[in-house]
Amino acid sequence: MLSLSGERINAKGIIYDKSDSGNILRGTSTLKRGFAHMLKNGVVMDVTTVEQAQIAEEAGAVSVMVLDKLPSDVRKAGGVARTASIRIIEDIMDSVTIPVMAKCRIGHVYEAKVLEETDVDMIDESEVLTPADETHHIWKWDFTTPFVNGARSLSEALRRIEEGAAMIRTKGEPGTGNVAEAVTHIKKVNDELRLIKAIYDSGDNQDLVRIAREFKVSYDIVEETAKLGRLPVVNFAAGGIATPADAAYLMSLGCDGIFVGSGIFNANDAKERARAIVLATTFWNESEKVKEAQKMIDERQSMLGLDVKTLELRMQERGSSA
Amino acid sequence: MSLNIGVLAIQGDVNENISSTETALKELGISGTVNGVKTTEEISHLDGLIIPGGESTTIGQLSLVNRSLKTIKEKIENGMPVFGICAGMIILSKTANDRVVGKTNQPLLDLLDIKLERNSFGRQKESFEADICMNSINIPKFNGVFIRAPSISEAGPDVEVLAKFDNKIIAVKKQNIIATAFHPELTKDVSLHKYFVNLIKKSKN
Repeated sequence: MLSLSGERINAKGIIYDKSDSGNILRGTSTLKRGFAHMLKNGVVMDVTTVEQAQIAEEAGAVSVMVLDKLPSDVRKAGGVARTASIRIIEDIMDSVTIPVMAKCRIGHVYEAKVLEETDVDMIDESEVLTPADETHHIWKWDFTTPFVNGARSLSEALRRIEEGAAMIRTKGEPGTGNVAEAVTHIKKVNDELRLIKAIYDSGDNQDLVRIAREFKVSYDIVEETAKLGRLPVVNFAAGGIATPADAAYLMSLGCDGIFVGSGIFNANDAKERARAIVLATTFWNESEKVKEAQKMIDERQSMLGLDVKTLELRMQERGSSA
Repeated sequence: MSLNIGVLAIQGDVNENISSTETALKELGISGTVNGVKTTEEISHLDGLIIPGGESTTIGQLSLVNRSLKTIKEKIENGMPVFGICAGMIILSKTANDRVVGKTNQPLLDLLDIKLERNSFGRQKESFEADICMNSINIPKFNGVFIRAPSISEAGPDVEVLAKFDNKIIAVKKQNIIATAFHPELTKDVSLHKYFVNLIKKSKN
């Protein structure tokens, strides 16, 4: 059974409908979070064209994420990064059987509405694009389509879930080909989870109230998360994953799956790399299989990558304080 | 006698099925263990297998890679009970077409003589919950959670239809095989998992 902590049963995104066989409900937390559960132990790949989406599907990706530009190209291009062309999203939806996601700008309610009308399977309110609202994220309970959001810490993740996110991805630094930030943040979230679990187990409710105030979220969601000892929704790792070993490492840290952005289609061996990253994610706890996967790629074909310390634009900070 | 039940742990919602099956065993007072399984070795020892929801293309392709697909097929043909859920139902089928994309080349087990349509009710926004009825197996009311669900347009003569929704077949049974288009593991109700556990128990007798 799913954890439904923080759910709003009166959310506007829930639709009551009738069919020949009786009443039906759409857009419930079970359906939104359940969708994310179907992606577990899988790889979601960033794509910009139909051809890339087909390569991703053939490689065994569980879903594709449509962007106008890959994160590393967003970095190079500068300017304002917006949601992808609707025509390209529709072409991709018509050519692959796996779910199709697309990114909208943080806080941009109408880019999200456009994506919902387009019928994408999940919307990523993403820091890779230029934020439209520095102080508010989208109130995701108003949508029937599920959302995924980025987070660098437990408090950020829980704030996003209270706004209606059905899935979390622990942020790295997008478009760098450098997995260091993703590792830091998943470890931070894990540490914070262990801490609140210990407080819960000790029965110190007053300290959980203090945590809820510090996190700027409700007591209920802190208590439920502390009890579970994990996020109440599916949590993927994202940002800077470029090799099969990167993917396996993040899986070993307790992520439910992997988002790969620029790492595949900015490499010169995209087809093999896509397949290899899927294999390493599925069989992450079998070192021999991860080695076989790593052998499928050539390090000389990997994207060059960036040292995070030298970056002028730190995408991960966008929307974090809200 | 303790039952050894596996949930195919390639990709998808494995843990939810493990916990629903554990609850079912407990409520029935039957002893058994439930584990995620991946390798041919693990699968070869099973008394029953659940192929869970997830992405059927991913699960199919990757179980082909480590040869578990072949072992699963042999075990089922030799009578091991199997419960295919959503993606699992697709993998058990003979042919799968996508509603929009058409014919798919994904690996299938070809054990259920059914014609299957993937994403039959539409994309995620159209995913729904509704009460369904499976009177022939004494489950008159069940909260069906349909997530980008498939449906069956035609079922062969030896396939028993357990439930329909909007004239689409959504649950079937054929001897030791049961398959549903919806996700019982996402609800509190473990009656279908109980039914499956009983099927395993009977097959052992």
